[in-house]
Formats: sequence, structure tokens, C-alpha cells
Amino acid sequence: MTTLRDPADVAFRGIARGGGIIVLAIMSLVGAFLGFRAWQALSVAGFSFLTEEAWEPDSGKFGIAAVLVGTVLIALVAVIIAVPLALGTALYITEYAPIKIRQFLIGLVDLMAAIPSVVYGLWGFFFLQGNITPISRWISSTFGWIPIFAVDGADPQDPLASVTVYTSSTFIAGIVVAFMISPIITSIMREVFAQAPLGEREGALALGSTRWGMIRSVVLPFGRGGMIGGTMLGLGRALGETIAVYMIISPVFVIQPHILQNGANSVSSLIALRYGEATEFGTSALMAAGLTLFAMTLVINFGASAVVARSRSGESS
Amino acid sequence: MTDTLQLTVPAPGTVLRDDAAIDAARPVREERRLNGVRISDVLSAAGAVIASLALTSVLVTNVLPINGPIPFAAIAYIIFMALYALLVSLDEDRPVVIDRVILVGVHTLAITVFVTLGFVVIFSLVQGAQALPFLNFYTEDMSLAGPLDPLSEGGVLHAIAGTLIQITIALVITIPLGLTTALFLNEVPSSFSRFVRTIVEAMTALPSIVAGLFIYASFILLFGLEKSGFAASLAISVMMLPIMIRSADVVLRLVPTTLKEASIGLGAGQWQTVWRVILPSSRSGLVTSIILATARGIGETSPVLLTSGFTASLNLDPLHGPMVSLPLAIFQFVKSPEPTMIARGFGTAAVLMLIVLALFVVARIIGGQTIDVRNRRTEARRIFWAAVAVPFLAVGRWMTPYATRVKAWAAPYLAAAGAWVARGARAAASRTAPVRARVAASRTAPVRARVALFARRAWASIVLYARAFGPSTVAISRRVLSEANARLPARLTRTPKEDQE
Repeated sequence: MTTLRDPADVAFRGIARGGGIIVLAIMSLVGAFLGFRAWQALSVAGFSFLTEEAWEPDSGKFGIAAVLVGTVLIALVAVIIAVPLALGTALYITEYAPIKIRQFLIGLVDLMAAIPSVVYGLWGFFFLQGNITPISRWISSTFGWIPIFAVDGADPQDPLASVTVYTSSTFIAGIVVAFMISPIITSIMREVFAQAPLGEREGALALGSTRWGMIRSVVLPFGRGGMIGGTMLGLGRALGETIAVYMIISPVFVIQPHILQNGANSVSSLIALRYGEATEFGTSALMAAGLTLFAMTLVINFGASAVVARSRSGESS
Repeated sequence: MTDTLQLTVPAPGTVLRDDAAIDAARPVREERRLNGVRISDVLSAAGAVIASLALTSVLVTNVLPINGPIPFAAIAYIIFMALYALLVSLDEDRPVVIDRVILVGVHTLAITVFVTLGFVVIFSLVQGAQALPFLNFYTEDMSLAGPLDPLSEGGVLHAIAGTLIQITIALVITIPLGLTTALFLNEVPSSFSRFVRTIVEAMTALPSIVAGLFIYASFILLFGLEKSGFAASLAISVMMLPIMIRSADVVLRLVPTTLKEASIGLGAGQWQTVWRVILPSSRSGLVTSIILATARGIGETSPVLLTSGFTASLNLDPLHGPMVSLPLAIFQFVKSPEPTMIARGFGTAAVLMLIVLALFVVARIIGGQTIDVRNRRTEARRIFWAAVAVPFLAVGRWMTPYATRVKAWAAPYLAAAGAWVARGARAAASRTAPVRARVAASRTAPVRARVALFARRAWASIVLYARAFGPSTVAISRRVLSEANARLPARLTRTPKEDQE
């Protein structure tokens, strides 16, 4: 059975399909071009691209081991700080806040998500750098026996020791990125919590549970998918963040596991740092680094949407 | 169903439910209040605060010497939590204690987030406040001002113009493409459109710097395009397209199927349905999605850093020569060690945030325009004009003999306007009627009850403080607390434990 269509409908469908094809072409072009150019560099570097720490593409000695570890460390610090904050804020908005200010807070969180990252970078560079060092020093002198909190060149016995060993660290960049991604995570969690079925909520309260009991037995299990999905989206955003990290860190090209210590790096700030002086081959090496980062965020994003879609509260985002 | 249904509409102002009478008829029972605050809660919180401050002071001065406000605050907070849990556990059972501790924790986290994010914004505004009052900050570029010049020289006109030009070009590219694609995903469903949706979702994960790098390597290095505003617009477009398509897709999915079916059922074709039903009913949502993508695109720094080049002078030609946008200008300003340049950077950040805020306000106004709201606005306008018209009507009545000729000519217009104004006046009357009725109804009784309750609570706390300044131990405080509670009406002080007994 064939459908007879009005010419206007045929035209509409054609134009809509054309738009879809153009967008698909643009997106594929980006992917294909990145892959093609990255291939030039990857075929030269081979497997050492993943293990080499230095970045000297023109002498053939380049790899993303250091910057990738740095990226992951910054993103992990950010997520570890941001998730509890976002969870608390989302619960506050849906469960505790007075009804009168709820809409206002929702709008505020959305607005915070749109604040340009360069503004967070300014705050991190001019305010946090100077004010966070006492905390860094306290953590490192108290928990220095744990390897990641150790700081080389710091002297816990000497109160007048130089504070510069604590600045421009993974920790500071992580805090700035944490506050940058917390609005996004908050708004996704809030969406999901707000959809928790009213009947189950009232059921829990009717059986005599406290408010926390109700949240623990109804809201959190219902919103688990959204919580994981929001966290993963935040992680993806944190991995790709460029300008705020670039303003704060002082780049090092070795694997630097001490998060409180001066010196860190990330893939995106590597690109921002080196694109201008890069030769043609150097550009394709940067593309390879960018493609690796893109592959990581892609996997995380699809993981997030799969988790959200499989959960009870799916189909919401 | 034995009795017949009778619908009677009560007159405005009648009391539908006499709560007091119902309460009097019922046996006294504890009502479960989820968010009421009881005096014991307030007192245990206050006590825990005071005790934790005192304990922490003792700790940091005599036991383990720590200096600095932040460790002090952290220790004080931990001690406060422990003491608060202890105080609540004196007269509540375990689930309630956990509930209270979580409540305090959630409030702490939320306050931390809102205060910090507010501080980020206010910090930039305060730091930039030096530069903002200068008019030349908005009307000059930096071509004639050096880093050592005072703030009365130079400005960021070039960056404002650059941002506006770049975002305009990006919108010209993304709006038609984005909306057509969103329509395609929703209205022409097929395996191909699902594939496109997957690819678009994948591209939302593209880090912005990689989008910039793509444009830099393809258009600039390969095709020989100059570093220019147009290249920056392309990079921003690559960023904005997936964001816009995704949110527009969600908005279009929310259009009720019944509307589409009704349109098709009336014999409309697909195109007519899209044009006359789907787009009008989702217009505000689509505009919101466009504005949100714009806000993201305007604030992007990294793609622009790679593609637009840098200049200190105004350039209105997007195709030739470098063109600076606001975020890039901020980035360049704060690289300089000069305090005036840093102040300019923060001032630029303030300008950028104000633009984003303005976009958001517009989005809220458009996005929040349900039909109901729009009708209410129209009515408000009518009421306003009715109020304006009253004196004119009076003057008109007085001038009647002189104005017959004018009236004859303007009669239809005046009649129409008069009807409109009359509707406004009627609307005003009907809107205020329930309010007037409510004001007329006595509302003093509940107020009196609340005043009495407040007085009792105040008295109880006075008694408590008077006792507390005697020999102060937990035992005595508890006895005092129970005495104070005994003075309160039983309804306010029953614990769940007693309920169960």
C-alpha cells in the first residue's frame, strides 16, 4: 500500500531530510578529518603514543601518558568534590527548600550552568590560588604519608617554607572545575528526583518513615540512574574543560601523581599551549591527542545515556 | 451512589471547612508535621553551635595548635554535628537522629554550592567595578591604549562588537540547520533519523578545544582561510549545533500526540501540521533552546582562541583580519601583570556575564509565556489603560457639546476602545472582588493564636535561660528543658516514642 502525499509534504520531508543529512555530513566530517590527520601522527608514534610522557613531535618523541593522567586526575578531583555538593543541592531543592523559592533556585542553578568557564578561571586564578594554600599545606602535612598527598620540597616543620610548591596544582584546578560542573550535575539529579512517584513517597511517609527514610527508600533508588548519568556527564565536561585549567596549572610533561603539588597538565590545555607553534606534523600530533580525549568523553557520554535510559526514571533527559 | 449529585457553588468568602469545629469534635491526636520547627529542635541546634564553638576554641588554643580560619571551621563543624546528634538523641529515637543529621548536612552542602557560585559571580563584578563606570570602557578599543595607561583610556568595544558579530553568524548557521534537523528527527522517523540522533548525541561530547582545533586545521591550515571572526563563528557553530538539536528535539517530543492527531484528522497534511500546530505550540520551548545554546556559545573561549586571532583594534569585517570576542579579551587582559589590565579583564567578565544574564532573562520571559500567563498580561494591560482612560472619559463628558463633530468621525473607534476599556474595568472589578471579600472576612483569630503561641515559647525560653545560668550540667538542663516543655501545649512536645506507647 503506497501513501499519496501532498507536494508540500514531500517538499517538507525532503528539506527536513536535507537538514539531517547536512548535520550528519558536518559531524562526520569533523570525525573523519580528525581521524585522518591523527592517523599521520599515530602511525609514526605507534604504541609509544600511549606510554611516552614528553611532547616533542618534531623529534618523533611524543606521547600522551603524562597529559592523559593529568586530565584524569583533575577530572577525578573535580567529580569527587562536585558529586556530594550536587547531590546535596539537588536534594535540598526537591525535598527541603520552601516551595516559594524552589522555582527561583532551579532557575539559579540553570543560570550558573551557563556562566562562561573563563569567569571560573578568573576566580580560580586570582582568589583560590592564594587562599587554598593553607588547606593544601594542612592536608599534605597531616596526610603526607599517603602517596598522592605527598608534596616534594615542602617542609612541614618550617611554617615559613615557600608556598609556591602548593600553587598551580591538580587540586586547585580540580576545585575550580568541580564548581563549574556542579550546576550541570545538580540540574540532572534534580530533574530525576522531582519525578519520583508521589504515591511511593506518601506510602513511605504513611508507614511512619522520617523524611530521610523516605528519601533513602524512594527518591534515591528511583533516581539512581539519573545520579550516575549526571555524574558521568559532569565527568565528561570536566575532562574536556580547557580555559580554566589552562589559566591555573603550570604545565609539566611527566606523570605527576602528587595532586597537591605545583605542576599538572591536561590534554586540552596541551592543545591550547602548543597549537600556535606547531608544525604540520605537530598539529596532527595534537589532533591525535584531541581525538583520544574525544574518544574518552564519547564513551563516558554514551555510558551515561545508556545508564539513564535503562533506569526507572529514564526517558527524562 | 444513592444520593443525587448536587453541585452548589458557595458564595465567595464563605468558610468551606470549619477546622476549629472539626478539631473540637475529634479526639486530640498528634498531627505529623514534616517541616514544622519545634522549640526543642531550635534549642538543640543553638546549644550545639555554642558548645562546638567553645570546644573548638579550647582545642585549637590548648590541645592541638592550629591556626587559620578554615581548619577551625572544619573542626567546629565536625564537633557541631556530633553534639547536635547527641542532643537530638536525648529525646528522639535513632531514625529521627539520622534524619536530623542528614537535614543539617543537606542544608550545608546546598549553602556551600549557592554561596560559592554566588561568590564567583560577585568576585568578578567587584573586581571589575573599577573599570565599569568609565564610559570609554564601552566606546573605545585598545588600539591607542597601552598596558600602563589608566582606565580612562581604551575599552572593550572591539570585543563586544566581535562577540555580537560572531554569535550572529553562528546563529545564522545553526538556527535553520538545528531546527530542521530537530524536526527531521521527530517528524520523519526512520532508522536513518535514529542514526543521525545518535551521531548528534555523540557530538555533544566533543570537547570545545577539539572543535576549535578542527576548524584551525581544516579551514585555516588546509583551505587558507585567515584567522578571522568567520572562522571563530564556524568553530562556535560546531559547538552549538549538537546542543541546540538535542534540546529542540526534547521540546518537540513534548508536543502532545493528540494535537497532531487532531490536525491530521481534520485533513491537514504533514507540512500544515508542522507549520500550524507543532511549531506554534512549541515556539517558546524552541526559543529557549536557541537561547541556551547561544549562552553557551557566547562564553566559549577555547575554540575562539585557536581560530579568531588576536587584535587590540576594532574590526567589523568577519572575513578579513583577526577579531576578538569578550572571553578571549578577558583571557588576554589578565595575562598582563598590570593592575589596570587585570581590572579591565574583570570588567570585561562583568560585561560578558551581564549579556548571558540578559539572554537568560529573555529566555525565562519567552519560555514562561504559557497561554494563561499571556492572557493575564493582556488583562493587566487592559486594567492599566482603563485606569488611564477614566480622567479622559470625564473630560470627554464635559467637552461633549464642543466635540459632536469630532465624535461623529471618531465614533466607531471610540466605541471599540470604550468596549475594550470597559472589559478592562470589569476584569479589574472581578479580580479584586475575592480579595475584598477575603479582607472583609475576619482573619484575626489565627493571628491571635499564633501570637499566644509565640508568647508561650518566648516565656519558656526565658525560663530556660534563667535556669541554665545556674549550675550547668546536662542533667539540670534536661530537667529544665522538660519543665519548659511541660509549659507548652502537649501537642507540640510529644515525641514519636510516646506516640508508640
